[in-house]
Amino acid sequence: MGISTSSQSSAVSRRRFLANVARAAGGASALGLVVGLFARQAQSLPAQALRPPGAGTEDQFLAACVRCGLCVRDCPYPTLGLASFGDDVPVGTPYFVARSAPCEMCDDIPCVKACPTGALDSNLTHIDDADMGLAVLIDEETCLNLQGLRCDVCQRVCPLINEAITLERKHNTRTGKHAIFIPTVHSDKCTGCGKCERACVLETAAIRVLPRYLAKGRIGSHYRFGWIEKEKHGGKSLTPGLIDLPDRLPAVLPDVLKGWKP
Amino acid sequence: MSAKSYIGRDAVLENGWLAAHKWLLIRRIVQLGILGLFLAGPLADVWIVKGNLTSSLTLDVLPLSDPFILLQSLFAGHVAASSAVLGAAIVVAFYLLVGGRVYCSFVCPVNIVTDTARWLAKRFALPKGWQPSRQTRLWVMGSVLVTAMVSGVMAWEMLNPVTIIHRGLVYDFGYVWTVVLALFLFDLVVSRRGWCGHLCPMGAFYGVLGVFSMTRISATQRAACNDCMDCFAVCPEPHVITPALRGAGTKTGPVILSGDCTNCARCIDVCAKNVFQFDLRFNNFAPASEGDGRDEMVSTNRHAA
Repeated sequence: MGISTSSQSSAVSRRRFLANVARAAGGASALGLVVGLFARQAQSLPAQALRPPGAGTEDQFLAACVRCGLCVRDCPYPTLGLASFGDDVPVGTPYFVARSAPCEMCDDIPCVKACPTGALDSNLTHIDDADMGLAVLIDEETCLNLQGLRCDVCQRVCPLINEAITLERKHNTRTGKHAIFIPTVHSDKCTGCGKCERACVLETAAIRVLPRYLAKGRIGSHYRFGWIEKEKHGGKSLTPGLIDLPDRLPAVLPDVLKGWKP
Repeated sequence: MSAKSYIGRDAVLENGWLAAHKWLLIRRIVQLGILGLFLAGPLADVWIVKGNLTSSLTLDVLPLSDPFILLQSLFAGHVAASSAVLGAAIVVAFYLLVGGRVYCSFVCPVNIVTDTARWLAKRFALPKGWQPSRQTRLWVMGSVLVTAMVSGVMAWEMLNPVTIIHRGLVYDFGYVWTVVLALFLFDLVVSRRGWCGHLCPMGAFYGVLGVFSMTRISATQRAACNDCMDCFAVCPEPHVITPALRGAGTKTGPVILSGDCTNCARCIDVCAKNVFQFDLRFNNFAPASEGDGRDEMVSTNRHAA
């Protein structure tokens, strides 16, 4: 029964108890460290694995997603799947690979509605506001449009055609008389659904959806573009006292400068 | 009389095979039945239950969520939406009613793996191996929560064999067999009952619920005990039996109050003298806390157990 009959055996059992506690606590702490470090490594997400709409940042998502798979069950397309043990995606979390099966951008967003924990943010009610990633025309050397052909497939399948992907014209110097229609992604509209990547006719897609942090550059916060600042200033010069001298010598020199050499 | 050939032989002779395996059979049927409900959707397109044990939706109305997983999420810094919180509250209420670690013995799919390992270990008289303190699982549970808090993600869920195995069964089994095999071998040769009995933080969490839960097993007829020791031999947490069964002299019991008890009811099965039965925790007619200091000491010991 463990009832102590003398103070001596009580001291012994207390010592043993403390040793046991220390051992269990030490072991558990070591386990915690190992688990924490393993998790850091295991939570890195490959760039082609995209989260369902409303997922927020990866850290937020891995704190909130209980990996129940209800979003996967309510996805009407074969898009969403749960990472299996041994995959290179954090085990049990939902993801899709755009080239295999893109997000079809359902109007009622059933995956978000199915999420019980809010890991997929229920404030996302309009699928066009989703931000699963950002399409990038990653290879201009193989994109058919960039060779002067009219493929246009990525633009035509885009659910936000002429908003998220537009075709920007440029002179075709090879033929000298045609235009090149450059598929151009606009980051403020693109939801990262991946239909462009799925539809790209090349063997390996030239346009791909990347996580936004990989796809976007960022201008230094101290940068100012003069023409934008000028526009904000009502078109007036920001430095009115400054004299704007010509950058080059005039082709016809005035008489006073005749014979002058720079 | 010849030596005992197996645990529960007396009960089989006394009450018949079926009665001596009643709760074991019920337990296996419930375990497989729950698994069947989860699998009916993906396998037969009968969607009674969607999701898995971490969070599910039954008949499109009843949300259920695992409270321990949600607690990890909270420690990682996410306050879950109302559906999951309601689901966890229902689960907590249920286990407070039927017994905390009923999850372990009647629901958790790992139980079948570790029970098999234990049965084989006993069958072939393998050494018990590493037997860390039973409290280790509480430390592991604390460690899991602290790790979630420090890392800001549910780090344990990258490894948690309980959720990985169940998810693997319901979704994509893939390499999950390696987890099953690892657990099986760990329990078979490294540490008997090591996972469920000593380490699993989910079991520890449900054990904490069990400290307060209503339905308990009671050694109500303990006067009839003939010291055959079969209940101790079959019990996955044998330390819980002592204060209830042997507590008459020290006015403890007869209800098994330890949260470690899984309510698996195998003790009811294997007892030829029908000492044990399901009961409410309040029917503990020999409360320990009354009387002299000796009793208080017993009480302290029991709560520590």
